[in-house]
Amino acid sequence: MNVLRFTTAGSVDDGKSTLIGRLLYDSKSVFIDQLDAVAASSKRRGTELDLSLLTDGLKDEREQGITIDVAYRYFATPKRNFILADTPGHVQYTRNMVTGASTADAALILIDARHGVVEQTRRHSFIAGLLGLKAVIVCVNKMDLVDFAEAAFTKVCADYEPLRQAAGLPEVHFVPLSALLGDNVVEASAHMPWYSGPTLLALLETLEPAVPEALSDFRFPVQSVIRPRTTEHHDFRGYAGRVAGGCVAVGDRVTVWPEALEATVEGIFLGDHALQEAHYGQSVVLTLDRDVNVARGSVLTAGSAPQREALLKAKLCWLDAKGHSPGLRYEFRAHGGQGQAMIAEVERVLNLETLAYEPGTGQLETNQIAEVSVRCAQAPTTETYANQRMMGGFILVDPVRGTTVAAGMIQ
Amino acid sequence: MQQPSFLDELEAEAIFVIREAYAQFERPTILFSGGKDSIVVSHLAQKAFAPAGIPFALVHVDTGHNFPETLEFRDRYVKQIGAELIVGSVQDSIDRGTAQEEQGPLGNRNRIQSVTLLETIDRERIDCLMGGGRRDEEKARAKERFFSHRDAFGQWDPKNQRPELWNLFNGAKQPGEHFRVFPISNWTEMNVWHYIRREGIELPSLYFAAPREVIWRSGSWLPVSDFISLRAGEVPTTKTIRFRTLGDITITGGIESEAASLDAVIAEVETLRQTERGNREDDKRSESSMEERKKQGYF
Repeated sequence: MNVLRFTTAGSVDDGKSTLIGRLLYDSKSVFIDQLDAVAASSKRRGTELDLSLLTDGLKDEREQGITIDVAYRYFATPKRNFILADTPGHVQYTRNMVTGASTADAALILIDARHGVVEQTRRHSFIAGLLGLKAVIVCVNKMDLVDFAEAAFTKVCADYEPLRQAAGLPEVHFVPLSALLGDNVVEASAHMPWYSGPTLLALLETLEPAVPEALSDFRFPVQSVIRPRTTEHHDFRGYAGRVAGGCVAVGDRVTVWPEALEATVEGIFLGDHALQEAHYGQSVVLTLDRDVNVARGSVLTAGSAPQREALLKAKLCWLDAKGHSPGLRYEFRAHGGQGQAMIAEVERVLNLETLAYEPGTGQLETNQIAEVSVRCAQAPTTETYANQRMMGGFILVDPVRGTTVAAGMIQ
Repeated sequence: MQQPSFLDELEAEAIFVIREAYAQFERPTILFSGGKDSIVVSHLAQKAFAPAGIPFALVHVDTGHNFPETLEFRDRYVKQIGAELIVGSVQDSIDRGTAQEEQGPLGNRNRIQSVTLLETIDRERIDCLMGGGRRDEEKARAKERFFSHRDAFGQWDPKNQRPELWNLFNGAKQPGEHFRVFPISNWTEMNVWHYIRREGIELPSLYFAAPREVIWRSGSWLPVSDFISLRAGEVPTTKTIRFRTLGDITITGGIESEAASLDAVIAEVETLRQTERGNREDDKRSESSMEERKKQGYF
């Protein structure tokens, strides 16, 4: 992996902003004028250089001293590029955490060494599992406040194990650190000789979360049809899209959905270049050996047949400030189809405090996570989310206001 | 050194976003400043639809205070890629009385560009403007979406942004509203430079060091032009200067540099420890200045 996309969630006092500030500062990803601005702000607030100010973006957040949205940070080391989705941690920002996790490969979870595994740790871990993140790094922070004691660290590791299983996290790493002092963030700590593992940055540089899509059957949702209609390319008819799973080569037999028509891939293009094959994640144009009905929302596949159901079982996170009531209609949007839909049933709703699913009432409110069935007017072409994030995720849009009201993961 | 496959991934993401904008909007356009980021977006748009031509018009908001090189480059570039050019003139807005020139020694036309841009959107029935904005540029932009919704007044509401999950972009809107779309959101300044080199993209000469007549103002070298008046103590001098961003000539400061080639510029950018907007007078006014301007419809 040349780039690691990771997410982190945290609230006011668990030191998340300080940790990110420290990661950026110690990896020399902060520019002089940014640092000048932070130094000036810190001085106005009467504090020492406050690294957390590097990451708190919007004016209201600075005034209130909280992080209220998803902010993206970029840094690079000679070994790797990083894209960090930084989100708030309180329960009322569950939707922001879900949003940040949706594009991430891995998550950082902060635990205050003094308090151990708390409700928020459980919620963040659960969201990481729900969104299908393949790796989690548990940062046991504020080790300086527990005298850098190994026992405090090993207790957190042991306490986390049942949570790891409940949240369904395949790969978990633990690092004892102090974001404030910089111990084990970029530089190895002199205070914790008992810890021989990598620093946080070293771990981030070497983590290789699994990418099941790279090995799955070929999936190619079509974004648009390209017809130049020029003398030079008079008969050219290409299908533009991004490979959502597996790979394809010139000469491969593919099936075009929803019609289930067979065709052979004749050409693969990226700009002016003709390619022999295209892999997961690439944006290309494909041409086929025959004229078949292909439009936006069509999906080209090889190997196993995709899921084609109008009634979908899904985990749903309600994002909008306005809740859901039975009977309301939405616009369903996925890469494999778009159209009218309704929530046929709210089966169970997650209790964000106990992390147990409870019987649904039919209503959904902001930040709620539920198991639902969604009925689409036309069956879209999909996959289960666990197999392919791009083909298994969908959003629901309010047909009048146009807002994104919910995000779903097909089960 | 940038690994090429990371650039491939950023390119694939940007092409995907540009194609979504094409598919979801009726009149998608590219906001073209003549700066390197909007040139990269235009290049990606060409690549996204090859062998067909670029299906977007380029929109240029002309403050009237241009570097002559920017206009020459713009006209040549538009012809070369075969795109339609739409110009919104700030001077026309001032003449019509819809925009008012800022007064005082710090007055410039940066803020009132927003008026002209919204008038152009209205006149041309534009429902999507793609731009070269990047999240690494500034703190307020770190929270920007790929598909950024603007109300009928062109305003950005940072507290009420649509959640954006996976790469499912939602361009649904009500009449009179529009979207700003940022295909290179996830690129850093370094990524842009490496991509320009890899793809052999031509840039305006202002990006490369050359002797230029300048004055020292507010911590950077401001080009002498017909549009600025010298203050007491300011003496024009000739320095070897290049520009890290291109904007209105009255507020775009240059840096002293010997980097006259693309490789030299990249080598210099790699070692520079100051963000590129640091030389833009408009961002220094207050800690929240970019956010304020975004809310009012600035890009």
